[in-house]
Amino acid sequence: MTTERRYHDMGGLPAGPVERTEHEFEPWEHKTDAIVRLLSEPGRGPLLRVDEMRRAIEEMGGNIYDELTYYERWIAATTNVMLEKGVFSVDELGKAIEAVRAKQRAAGGEVAEG
Amino acid sequence: MSDFQPGDTVKVGTRFPIGHVRTPYYCRGLTGEVERRVGTFKNPEELAYGRADHEPLTLYRVRFRQKDIWPDYKGLDADTVDIELFENWLEPAA
Amino acid sequence: MSTEHPHNHSHDHGHDHDHSGAPKQPDTEDRALTYHAAMADAVADLLIAKGVFNADELRAKIETMQSRTPALGAKVVARAWVDDGFKQRLIQDGSSAVAELGLDPGPAPLTVVENTAETHNVIVCTLCSCYPVFLLGKSPDWYKSREYRSRVVREPRTVLAEFGTDIAEDQAVRVHDSTADLRYMVLPCRPEGTENLSESELTTLVTRDSLIGVIECKSE
Repeated sequence: MTTERRYHDMGGLPAGPVERTEHEFEPWEHKTDAIVRLLSEPGRGPLLRVDEMRRAIEEMGGNIYDELTYYERWIAATTNVMLEKGVFSVDELGKAIEAVRAKQRAAGGEVAEG
Repeated sequence: MSDFQPGDTVKVGTRFPIGHVRTPYYCRGLTGEVERRVGTFKNPEELAYGRADHEPLTLYRVRFRQKDIWPDYKGLDADTVDIELFENWLEPAA
Repeated sequence: MSTEHPHNHSHDHGHDHDHSGAPKQPDTEDRALTYHAAMADAVADLLIAKGVFNADELRAKIETMQSRTPALGAKVVARAWVDDGFKQRLIQDGSSAVAELGLDPGPAPLTVVENTAETHNVIVCTLCSCYPVFLLGKSPDWYKSREYRSRVVREPRTVLAEFGTDIAEDQAVRVHDSTADLRYMVLPCRPEGTENLSESELTTLVTRDSLIGVIECKSE
């Protein structure tokens, strides 16, 4: 049952009390949301369909799914779909992430490890 | 594929592919009642893999009695769950 | 993840210490850039460089989505409470009725389910956390939690009680699992004793959580 039932498909499973947590969304979360909306617009293909993003989320593995926050799943899944479609390359992605981190350090900000 | 009307009794398919589907595990193989015919939409099982060149499917809202889903359900007989399900997962209930 | 790598300060610095001389952003200045935050910036930079969209379009989209809040849903509910014709149209075709008020329901058909003395409605998406973001804005963390998604579909009365909502013994609970192309909003019951309130006063009684269906609206 734990094999044939996929980890995102959780309706009815035992779980603890609902913690009424909330947080102020961070700028990168708003940005992620906007990226997904823009890529989903018909005028851009669409380059991303919501079911493609969901599929990518469902393929990341149960441990990662539970470890990541909601918008972390979104950006990771969307990035994977863009890589699959060749919108940008793995090489370009790696360099772009390092460029963002370098900019953060140059501005005196901190960069989390891992 | 059958065209269902509100009030028709339908049975959800019992199958467990590893691919992307929008039919929750907990309702598979169960019988419910069509609440409404929502309209036609592209098939998420195809869209998920980047394929959009296909005929849309009919989407229904199907109402299940909680007591039919969870044998140990605590609540009223009238308590229900409504789920959106595509036609390829539904067959007429015997 | 930031939760596993809390501030890894290599030196002490107080909140009043400014590295760059630039104006401080109190929300983010003190927070380390996480891997996924860096990825979001990197992907935006790449998509802009590739011409998929431009920086103005990205900024505009962020602003548009940030302008969507539960206050829009409250406006819809208050109108339905004072205008029965509108209420009927809202239940019949949520997206069209919302558009009547000059609001944007988003691309997915909005489905409005009405609470009554006989029936209480509550919304969930057990598969992924679908939510009417174009009307109500981003959903709260608990709506996306494993606990809510797992349990409200199986023991809704218990979960509602955890939100402080006691369902009458003869009131049915109807859970809506938002699995496909519709997005849902609850039309809560108009609280008793609000007959003399204006439409704009009524909007202040409508909370986000009442639009999800985990609480009812109260008269004050």
